[in-house]
Amino acid sequence: MSAPEATWTAVCRLEQIEVEGGVAALVGGAAVAVFRTHDDTVHALGNYDPLGRASVLARGIVGTRGEVPCVASPLHKQAYDLRTGQCLDDAAVRVPTYDVRVDRGVVLVGPQREGP
Amino acid sequence: MMAHHRRTLVVVGHGMVGHRFVQAAVERGLTETHDVVVVGEELRAAYDRVALTSFFERGAEELSLLPTGEYDDPRVRLLLGTTVESVDTGARTLVLGGAAAGEELAYDELVLATGAAPFVPPIPGTDLDGVFVYRTIEDLEAIRDAAATARVGAVVGGGLLGLEAANALAQLGLETHVVEMAPRLMAVQVDDAGGAVLTRHVEGLGLGVHTGAMTTEVLGQDGRVVGLGLRDREPLPAEVVVFSAGIRPRDALARAAGLDVAERGGVLVDERCRTSDPHVWAVGECAAPAGRMYGLVAPGYAMAEVVVDALLGGPGAFTGADMSTKLKLMGVDVASFGDAFATTEGALELVYADAVAGVYKKLVVSEDGRRLLGGVLVGDASAYGVLRPMVATATNPGIALPDNPEDLILPSGRGSAEIGLPPEAQVCSCNDVTRAQIEEAVGEGGSCDSPSCVTACTRAGATCGSCKPLVKKVVEDFFAARGRSVDRSLCEHFPLSRQELFEVIAVHGHTRFDDVVAAHGTGRGCDVCKPTVASILASLLGDHVLGAERRTLQDTNDAYLANIQRNGTYSVVPRIPGGEITPEKLIVIGEVARDFGLYTKITGGQRIDLFGARMEQLPAIWTRLVDAGFESGHAYGKSLRTVKSCVGSTWCRYGVQDSTTLAIMLEERYRGLRSPHKLKGGVSGCARECAEARSKDFGVIATEKGWNLYVAGNGGATPVHARLLAGDLDTETLVRYLDRFLMYYIRTADRLQRTAPWVDALDGGLDRVREVVVDDVLGLGSELEAAMATHVEGYSDEWRATLEDPDKLARFVSFVNAPDTPDPHITFRSERDQVAPADSEGPVLLGASIPVGPGGPGSPETVGAGR
Ligand code: SRM
Ligand SMILES: Cc1cc2nc3c(=O)[nH]c(=O)nc-3n(C[C@H](O)[C@H](O)[C@H](O)COP(=O)(O)OP(=O)(O)OC[C@H]3O[C@@H](n4cnc5c(N)ncnc54)[C@H](O)[C@@H]3O)c2cc1C
Ligand code: SF4
Ligand code: FES
Repeated sequence: MSAPEATWTAVCRLEQIEVEGGVAALVGGAAVAVFRTHDDTVHALGNYDPLGRASVLARGIVGTRGEVPCVASPLHKQAYDLRTGQCLDDAAVRVPTYDVRVDRGVVLVGPQREGP
Repeated sequence: MMAHHRRTLVVVGHGMVGHRFVQAAVERGLTETHDVVVVGEELRAAYDRVALTSFFERGAEELSLLPTGEYDDPRVRLLLGTTVESVDTGARTLVLGGAAAGEELAYDELVLATGAAPFVPPIPGTDLDGVFVYRTIEDLEAIRDAAATARVGAVVGGGLLGLEAANALAQLGLETHVVEMAPRLMAVQVDDAGGAVLTRHVEGLGLGVHTGAMTTEVLGQDGRVVGLGLRDREPLPAEVVVFSAGIRPRDALARAAGLDVAERGGVLVDERCRTSDPHVWAVGECAAPAGRMYGLVAPGYAMAEVVVDALLGGPGAFTGADMSTKLKLMGVDVASFGDAFATTEGALELVYADAVAGVYKKLVVSEDGRRLLGGVLVGDASAYGVLRPMVATATNPGIALPDNPEDLILPSGRGSAEIGLPPEAQVCSCNDVTRAQIEEAVGEGGSCDSPSCVTACTRAGATCGSCKPLVKKVVEDFFAARGRSVDRSLCEHFPLSRQELFEVIAVHGHTRFDDVVAAHGTGRGCDVCKPTVASILASLLGDHVLGAERRTLQDTNDAYLANIQRNGTYSVVPRIPGGEITPEKLIVIGEVARDFGLYTKITGGQRIDLFGARMEQLPAIWTRLVDAGFESGHAYGKSLRTVKSCVGSTWCRYGVQDSTTLAIMLEERYRGLRSPHKLKGGVSGCARECAEARSKDFGVIATEKGWNLYVAGNGGATPVHARLLAGDLDTETLVRYLDRFLMYYIRTADRLQRTAPWVDALDGGLDRVREVVVDDVLGLGSELEAAMATHVEGYSDEWRATLEDPDKLARFVSFVNAPDTPDPHITFRSERDQVAPADSEGPVLLGASIPVGPGGPGSPETVGAGR
């Protein structure tokens, strides 16, 4: 988590992401989906849906399952935990997560995290 | 006889039971060894005689059990308008009359299914003009014609069929009287007290009831009926008289052939339905197993199965049948089952009567109070479904009654809900389906997930429909016991069905998802409830689907106003109303497809789909299309798709109305209308039905006099033919009914429930829809029309509005921080000279190798060219 400042990429302003919406961003050549939840928390996942085999997660519907904030893939609706990337419908599937934060209204995506 | 010699099976009579026999013969493989010849006296193929009265609303076509007029199996030959005149059981031949008069036919096996004929008492005057019976479609046509010029009608016979005939006369606008010899109505089914409640109901509907009245003569003048002569009473004037005083088995053919007949009529048969000649069988109303004839269709069906079984060498036997009856007569529920008259020794009667509410219920129980023997229900027969399978008979011990059996009929005692049916209890008597069979259909081995699917797969509920509530209950109980939620909650966030949610949102006037979920739900929603709420808000408010706070509720298709494809690209479908398009517009579509490198295909919906558009290309593509006058086709929405047309009277030599103009008008009227599921329509210019209108949610077929409106059809996974809602409508009435129908559907259907399953799930089914839409019994007509008018006035093209709004356009970028860089995950290969998605190998990094060459689809250059 203690990534050096240089590896953070500013992708957009927070208002550019709708509440409970997502955007795709290009970070170090990789497609990253950045989401904003209802309480203005931001989360970042790999944009590639490994089950649907396409780069689309940013276009999914954001909501909750129980207490878990999640996004449902627009292709076949499998949900992914926004915090860990864990697929909630298939224990064997997980997408990468990225460090992400908001600094003075700007959304910054950091390096891919090692574990959940 | 040689082993491979095919045998000939002749069926006499193509009524309900004859037809069921042939169906079973085909299904069970009897036609592998037998050629089947069916000889039917009536001019039309078998039809649903049980539903005969609905002929007036639905027409003959709807009643037909064999709409194509022939069997799919080529080994079955159907001779209509043909009679069997005589049978020679020694030579095994028969002589035909009617259309094949004089021909002779040889048979190996003969099945008599000649049914019954109405009994007309031997009194003077029954041959006068204006005297009818009530048995065939032709009878009803004749009655309708006579009623057109008459004022008063009388029915002789106050039994089940007599009341049905009386109801028909009343609905044809006649002042109607029922004359019954017995001291009460429906003497066979109900007791005195029940009959009295029934009489009050029938009189309350404006019919004259004359019980204990003996008809002695039909009075005539100039060869036409003018009234009935009654013993010891004043004559009853009437210009139309219908005899419905019971039926007699049609056993004349069998008698003449020397076969044994029962004392009280009917061809005598044994348990296998075999007559006194080993090669002749009899089934249905003409047969008398053990000397008794059965005037209901279910025992006839059972006999048909028994004979097929016997001919295949099986062990089936007919050992009597349940004579229970439940019907709704003129809006009054009447049911009678088991030993309704408490003739069993020691039987006790439990009676509940509410004269004010017009309800009478009686249970007949065994001396020890543990067994249900029978009962009568008048005014409220809702308990029938649960009670009937509990009845103990000679061969079936029934089900033990609860400690307080009266709870079963007391209005508050919802006790019926807790009664456990044993697995072998018959739930559907028409089709002999048990609880175990229903549970099998929804259980592990089965594939059903709903009562309507169970009906489709097991036939339970498919005939008279009286068991439908019980079928539903069995399914729900089964799911509930397994923790499968049958509560109709939309999802974990809303404990409401879509219909309930619709009402809640409408009543509270919510306009935002946040308010809806805060007030009526929990959590932050999901991919199920958010699009549902969005659809409801769109139906209620009619503003743009990408409006503030709405965008994030939409499924990706609605969110980008295009259909997502497997590789993350989108397809583009401009609206082509009715499938009609000018050459100029065709050229524009071709140019757009060429310039953006899109795969082009003619859809199944009479329009053109352009595939492979990257999300960021959509605005440029639509700019070109909108400039050329195209609008969104809503291929992405749960909304109106297309109204398919045929060329109709404008070009087609058979067309009787201008179907193309109507299709375009309807498509433009309902375009953009958000609904629980997609909606499709069709309009055909004549009965040849080239637009396949009956496979649509609403289908219109031109007639000489106007339009027939069919509703609730679909293709797809479970095809259903649309059913006639109303006939010969002028265009204005048609549109009014359609407005109401669609709005009624939108307000009350479940999420992703198309019109056919919606109608089936409605209490009362299509009849209910007709009551609400055509008869306007709820008085909702003008409200539904007003809601549709709001939609029509508020419509604007979603794509044009999107292009005009920079906020909405801002989202159509590949990457928020690199809007001009195409997503490297999207690549194409070529197939038959067009693009096709290349298979994805997994996530890719930009800068590795990006197979997007200059001029290739989706490259920045192409986007530029597109603008
Ligand atoms: C493009 C097309 C096939 C084609 O190449 O011809 C098509 C393509 C799709 N159909 Fe279809 N259907 C197409 C005509 C039909 C037809 C034929 C017709 O309309 O006459 C039917 C059967 C008729 C009917 O709907 O009753 C049909 C029955 C379905 C069904 C099954 C619906 C059902 O009630 O069982 C689905 C699944 C669903 O909607 O849940 C479906 C769903 C789909 C979807 C939307 C699946 C999806 O979510 O990706 C497909 C995407 C369309 C796209 O990307 O543009 N499509 N689909 C046709 C577009 C018609 C149009 O102009 O809008
Ligand atoms: C108005 C009405 C309402 C009813 N309601 C109910 C109900 O609610 N529930 C219920 O269970 N039952 C009901 N019934 C009874 C039900 O319709 C019959 O039980 C059923 O139709 C019997 O079928 P079937 O094939 O034996 O006779 P049918 O359906 O009468 O068929 C016999 C066919 O044989 C033909 N035929 C006769 N002789 C010859 C010959 N020599 N050559 C060639 N063809 C011949 C006849 O023309 C006829 O088409 C109702 C009947 C009517 C009329
Ligand atoms: S439905 Fe009738 S009018 Fe229309 S094209 Fe076919 S034959 Fe012609
Ligand atoms: S009892 Fe008639 S359809 Fe089931």
